[in-house]
Amino acid sequence: MSARNSFQSLRLDHVGRTFGAMNALRDLTLEIKRGEFVALLGPSGCGKSTALNCIAGLLTTTSGTIWLDDIRIDTLAVEDRGFGMVFQNYALFPHMTVRGNIGYGLRMRGVTKAELERRVDAAIKTVRLESQADKLPGQLSGGQQQRVAIARAIAIDPPLVLMDEPLSNLDAKLRLEMRQEIRRIHKGLGGITIYVTHDQDEALSMADRIVVLRDGMIRQVGTPEDLYLRPARIDVAEFMGFRNRIHGKIAGVSNAPIHQAITIDVSGTMFEGVTMTPMSGHDVTAMIRPDDLIPAEDHQKGIEAVIEAIEYRGRDFFGSARAANGMELFFRSERPVAAGESIRLHADPSKVLLYDGQAE
Amino acid sequence: MSSAPIPFRTRAAAHGFDGVTLLVIPALLLLAALFLYPFGYGLVLSLRPKDGTWLGNYFHFFSDPFLYQTIATTLALALPVTAINLLAAVPVAFRVRRMQHQRLITTILVLPITLGTVLVAEGMLNYFGPQGWFIRTLSLFGLGSPSSVKLVHNYWGVFLSLVITGFPFTFLLTLSYVSGIDVALENAAATLGARAAARFRTIFLPLLVPGLAITFCLSFVQAYSVFPSAVLLGAPAGPTRVISIAAYEAAFEQYDYSLASAIAMIMGAFQLIVVVIVLMSRSLFYRGPAAGAKG
Repeated sequence: MSARNSFQSLRLDHVGRTFGAMNALRDLTLEIKRGEFVALLGPSGCGKSTALNCIAGLLTTTSGTIWLDDIRIDTLAVEDRGFGMVFQNYALFPHMTVRGNIGYGLRMRGVTKAELERRVDAAIKTVRLESQADKLPGQLSGGQQQRVAIARAIAIDPPLVLMDEPLSNLDAKLRLEMRQEIRRIHKGLGGITIYVTHDQDEALSMADRIVVLRDGMIRQVGTPEDLYLRPARIDVAEFMGFRNRIHGKIAGVSNAPIHQAITIDVSGTMFEGVTMTPMSGHDVTAMIRPDDLIPAEDHQKGIEAVIEAIEYRGRDFFGSARAANGMELFFRSERPVAAGESIRLHADPSKVLLYDGQAE
Repeated sequence: MSSAPIPFRTRAAAHGFDGVTLLVIPALLLLAALFLYPFGYGLVLSLRPKDGTWLGNYFHFFSDPFLYQTIATTLALALPVTAINLLAAVPVAFRVRRMQHQRLITTILVLPITLGTVLVAEGMLNYFGPQGWFIRTLSLFGLGSPSSVKLVHNYWGVFLSLVITGFPFTFLLTLSYVSGIDVALENAAATLGARAAARFRTIFLPLLVPGLAITFCLSFVQAYSVFPSAVLLGAPAGPTRVISIAAYEAAFEQYDYSLASAIAMIMGAFQLIVVVIVLMSRSLFYRGPAAGAKG
């Protein structure tokens, strides 16, 4: 136990999983250091849960190896891996009390009664459920059940905690609270937490490192800042909230301090932006967040569009507009605007990310 | 401001009565005509014996070993058969739950239900009979002979036929209970270090017990009212003289409907006792939903 808990890293080496002809996971290679909180992020069907289940041992891999330092674990049975797992629907044992659920893993390990009591108490305290300890799961609220599920997973003192969309069944307010809670618990444990989610906000706010998956393959690995500011590919950018995808042609190149700046021509309107990928031809895709596409005060700048819908969001307005060439644009406005109004939209050059080609 | 009276419909609906409630009327009428009235009629009839004393039939039944021993005979068949069917159904259900061709397997296993007890009995008479394949194969390998292995016209004939016809029923019910347990619970137990046997003992069994109790009761009731196979495959004059045979003889051989009704009442009472004992033992276990938690 202690030897396992002094481990340094988890290593996935070309891990793959197929279901019949379907490649659910391809060539997943990743090293996670002790103490790291890693989020596997992607849309449903991207392979993130498959990856988690392969690490947990609930699914066998069809290729590749998984290592905890120099111990190969992908050949071990689930019950021999000793990783804590938090399930999406919590999977609490309905016939056992909170205490019974949390102590289950320790009972299976045959720890002494005194030791069991002590560790269950500690886990209950960690998730702040002291007053619910003798209730059955059915008597608890969703948020409390979630805490029991976490306590049950951490009570066995696992080197790895695996979480499969643990917050998706909670309401918005509770979700925000639990994000901090889970971070705090992770810090306290000092092991590795692997967290599967399709919610980029969740991944950004919790993870030390984010692994973006799509179609069973890693698309980008990076810190939340990397992903938020510098998505490496168009599909990653799209997933990170760059809803505006604008096709244009290179009209001019200049060298700015960090990135190469390019001016692109979008049906006669000029957009300046920073390049994210090497350019192979004249065709370029610009990605812009709705937050950064705003009405231009200068009547010479920006692309002209007619507002189609407006949504009030408290501090400002979010809307969609259609440009003359039929392209749909999503923008933000601080001043009130109305549907049907004609508007010019532009973005700061540093917020316009340019990618090679016009794929998809 | 005067408030309008709440319409009758609204008030009735608040107590759970609405138009849909009326749809239970045909079922209630049917129940009354086909169960409540005959039951009441039988009960009254059983209390009007030929000798005039109102409990005479019951005294007669419990003082005549030829009659009261049928209870033990019936229980000796129905209880072990039900237990064996249940014990066999649980592992099969666990296996079938994980199969891809679940429907095919289920269809094959359920087929005996559609055959009916008489057809099964006829088949068994041939197959397990002295000249049947089973005995012949046994004697071919020197494992037995028609004189040493007797599988029809005795206890074992009825026993086997009840197992064959009862198993599909038990299995189907068990399968539905087993499938009702969230797979995630087993996965959770496995990640916490529980091996297969421990998972069964600590997760599945406690959650299955209430369902298995119901299954036991329904299967038991079916086996308890055994009649065709007890006559066709058993020794109805002796070892397999079950209580339904006693009732039949009273009614249609001695034409004593009053005694037959009393036997039927006694039969029902013993059946009820077993069912009540089994159902009451459920309260020793957890009886809530078998899913992980709120979905």
